[in-house]
Formats: sequence, structure tokens, C-alpha cells
Amino acid sequence: MSNESLYQEIILDHYRNPHHSGLRDPYDVEVHHVNPTCGDEVTLRVQVAGGVVQDVSYDGQGCSISQASTSVMTDLVIGRGVDEAMQTSEAFLALMQSRGQLEPDEDVLEDGIAFAGVSRYPARVKCALLGWMAWKDATAQAVAASAGGAS
Amino acid sequence: MTAVLPDLASYDVDAVRADFPILVREVFGLPLVYLDNASSSQKPRQVLDAERSFVEQHYSNVHRGVHTLSQEATDAYESARSTVAAFLGARHEEVVFTKNATEAYNLVAHSFGNAPVGSPFHLGPGDEVCVTEMEHHSNLVPWQMLCERTGATLRWLPLTDDGRLDLTDLDTLVNERTRILAFVHISNILGTANPVDVLVARAREVGAFTLLDGAQSAPHQSVDVTALGVDFFALTGHKMLAPSGIGVLWGRKELLDAMPPFMGGGSMIEVVQMSGSTYAPAPERFEAGTPVISQAVALAAACDYLQAVGLDRIAAHEQALTAQLLDGIGALEGVRVIGPDTIEMRGAAVSFAIDDVHPHDVGQSLDELGIAVRVGHHCAFPVCRRYGVAATTRASSYLYNTAAEIDVLLEGIVTVQRFWRR
Repeated sequence: MSNESLYQEIILDHYRNPHHSGLRDPYDVEVHHVNPTCGDEVTLRVQVAGGVVQDVSYDGQGCSISQASTSVMTDLVIGRGVDEAMQTSEAFLALMQSRGQLEPDEDVLEDGIAFAGVSRYPARVKCALLGWMAWKDATAQAVAASAGGAS
Repeated sequence: MTAVLPDLASYDVDAVRADFPILVREVFGLPLVYLDNASSSQKPRQVLDAERSFVEQHYSNVHRGVHTLSQEATDAYESARSTVAAFLGARHEEVVFTKNATEAYNLVAHSFGNAPVGSPFHLGPGDEVCVTEMEHHSNLVPWQMLCERTGATLRWLPLTDDGRLDLTDLDTLVNERTRILAFVHISNILGTANPVDVLVARAREVGAFTLLDGAQSAPHQSVDVTALGVDFFALTGHKMLAPSGIGVLWGRKELLDAMPPFMGGGSMIEVVQMSGSTYAPAPERFEAGTPVISQAVALAAACDYLQAVGLDRIAAHEQALTAQLLDGIGALEGVRVIGPDTIEMRGAAVSFAIDDVHPHDVGQSLDELGIAVRVGHHCAFPVCRRYGVAATTRASSYLYNTAAEIDVLLEGIVTVQRFWRR
């Protein structure tokens, strides 16, 4: 099978052995996101404290791309400042929308560069973004809630 | 405008294939194996030529002018209606052209929803609508919406573990409060062919209207709406060799003439005054605005093509391919069919699951082998939930598929298993 450009070994590794999977306490916000075109779904929890993403945990059902991408995402955001993690998220989004035209920055995206090939398959971009969008949503809610509580 | 039709003494799949220009193309350097027909079919040259020659030689708006082209276009459009009516064993005036089958169901649901108290079509609290758990969203969501608008209650016939309708509680679920029983003829995801006679008999006992979703039956087998005994039947053109954008609602004439309109506009009126309007009889009553004209002409050409090849022979050909696929999957370890696993009372759509490989990955990997299948929930979320899967992989054959292509798919499944299990 020749679709190695899509199914990079890094992606297959994360798919078979996902990082930070399972739902954990404590958490601030839990979200549930679905991809209505294929039925993939993810339940994701975020804990934010002191402007830092303390933990991201998740339970999902989906294809190799969506599961591996969520796993890579947790590596890239846990322990990082919210602002830095959001910038990483934007960089991943830009890569996914690049249709193969963008050279990913390994310093920023680490294992995420393995998804560069996915951007050439528009039908799969939503798979790769499922976990990221859930994280972004949950984190924004967590930040808004803590800002509201402080005021 | 008469299409040149294949003259086939016996079923000659190569001759059929020669009519479909797209079938010679390659994907990733491999011959295209198109097994996504339950989603949409490919188009034969005869249908493309019919539409093109109509547009090049006779095109105009219909039902609006006295000039020559207007008359020719109207004749072609109404002649297409007659062809479709004959294809369904129906009368000319009973065929309403819609955008697709989805619009047909929405048309009936909205018309019923517009019916005033006292009308035989009126629904309110205490009334019930019955569907089945295997409906395509198109024949489910419009009824959910109708129930929301009217306060009626939605009920559904559940499914058995082997992908059939569970009729144990039929007499309870379809009862004297049931106003309409809407169900699918052949399931797009399970492939199940439903016992129309049993369901229609029960609906008649309680005086409920019946609507049959024929999107997956009309392309593949001979359909006679009168013999089926239903009140409404719908199909969509793009699944039966015609372009997208054209569908059909068939309804019994006395019902269509009595039902309130769905959409208002030109063509569907009788007299319009500022204070109000009266409406034309069916089918015009339900064809507001300029209709899809050349697509209707193409749909008629598709009906002609299917009848020239022979729907009974097409059905027999597909049944052989389906049996080959079911047998082949049955012989593979780690692959299971979701839906009936024998050819009895079943259509050509075969959903399956490969252990430990997500359907999206299956579909992507098969694509690399030139094989087009559908992956996902097939617009039948409740069916996936019923069988504990998020999605399935579905292969669906049609008149131009070959036994060799089924073999390519079966080998492809093994290749997919090998790639994903290394």
C-alpha cells in the first residue's frame, strides 16, 4: 500500500499507543465534539491554572488520523502556557489548511509535522482537527470562566 | 432525442460498461473500481446525450409561452413525466418532479403540517407518525420536525440483531392513532429489503397513509407502485443513472389533489388575487417555480436505459455480485457484515466492519487501490448506534460492476488488514 505520505509511522505510533488518553480528574471544563460527516467523536477535559495548561485528558472514537492527532496535541499543550499552546494550535491549523504547500516547523509542531501529508486530503483535515478544536473550545471556556471568577 | 439503447440478448456487462465513459479512468494508476453506487451512480452516454441534445435543440422554460421552443420544451418535460410514470406503473398526473427524494419527503411532511383541523391530513397532539429505526435521515428528520411542529408523537419499528425490522410490536406501534407510516423499501446502509406487503396491510387496517422510500429500490429492481399498495413513493435520479437535482414524488392522485401545497410560487396556482390564491391540481400544485427541466429529460432517458437493459436482469446481475461479496467476506477472518448476510430479501448495498481498523482508514486505503467505497454513518446515525459502530464501510454494486471487481475489493480488504495489523 502506497499511502505512506498520509499514514506516516509517527501517526501510526500515536494511533496504536495514544498519549494521555483516558478521562482524568481534576478538570475545569469538559467538551464533547463530533465530526458529523463521519461520526467520529471525542470527549475532552482541560484543567488550566496560573495561565498554564495543567492537564488534557480525553476519550475518543475515531480513525487513525483523529486519534493520533489528539494524542500529538496533548504532548504539545500539556505543561505549556495557554498563549503558547494557542499559538501552536494556530500553527497546526495553518498546516492543515495548506493543501501540502506549507513546510511545517518541527520546533513548533514536533510530531505534528507528520500530519503535513494529511493537508493534501481535504476529506481528512477535519479528522486531524477534531481533538485540537475540542481542546481550543474547552480551554477558551476554562480561561473565560476563571476570568469571570476573578472579576 | 431518442437514445441509442444497448441491444443485449443476454446480460453483457462489458457492453453496459462501454456506455459509461467514466469507467475507463484510473485512480492512482489503477483501474477505477466504483462500488459507491448506493451513494450516487455513474451516468451512461445515452443519458448525457439526451440532456445535451435537449438543451442544444429544444431548451426553453416550460408551461409559460406560446413560442415553438416553449412548446417543445414543455412537450419534452411532460413526456419525461409520462416516461417516469410508466417506469413506476403510475399515471402521468401522479408524478411530481422534485429536487431529490429528500425534498419529496419534506413535501409530504410539510403538506400534512399545513393541513387545517378537519382535513384528513391534519396532525395534532395524540396523533402518531411511525417510521423505522433503519431510515435514512431524509425519511426520519422531516417526520421528527413535523412532530415538533404539530405535537404529534413519533414512533419507530426497531431492528433485529441480524439487520431486519423487528415486527413483534407492529400492531402496537402502528395503531389507530397512526396517521402515516413512512418506511424504507431497501435500506441504504444495511441492504435490507423490507416486507412492504406486511406493513401496508397493517397501515390499511388502521387507516394510516403509507410512504415508501424507494431511493435504493427504484434504481435496481422493477417497481410498480400500484402493486406495492402504498400511498406515496419517492426516488432520486442521481442514484439511477440520471443527473443530480431531479427526484420524484409519486402519490395517489386523489391524495395529491386534496393535500395543501408545500411551496408557493409560479406554476402551482389557479387564480391569484391580492387577497389570496387558489391552487392548481397535482402535479403542478407541487411544482412551484421553474422546475428542473433538462434533468427531468435526462431522468426519462435513464428510465429508458434501465428498461432497455432490463430491470429484472439488472437485479439478477446485482444479486450474483452481492452473493459473491457476502460469501467472500464470510470467508475472511476479522470482517463482519452489518446487515443481512444472505441474499434473501436484500439489496446490493453491503456494509461491513474490519476488526481494529476504522472505516475512514479502510476507505482511504481502498482508495489507494482504485476502489471507491463509502465510509461513515451513511446518513443513518441510529443504525450505527443500534449495531454499536461509529461508522461502517459500504460497498454497493450496480449494473456495470463485474465479478472481477468484487474480487479486487475482497483482495483489497485483505491488503488493508495486512497494512493496519503490521
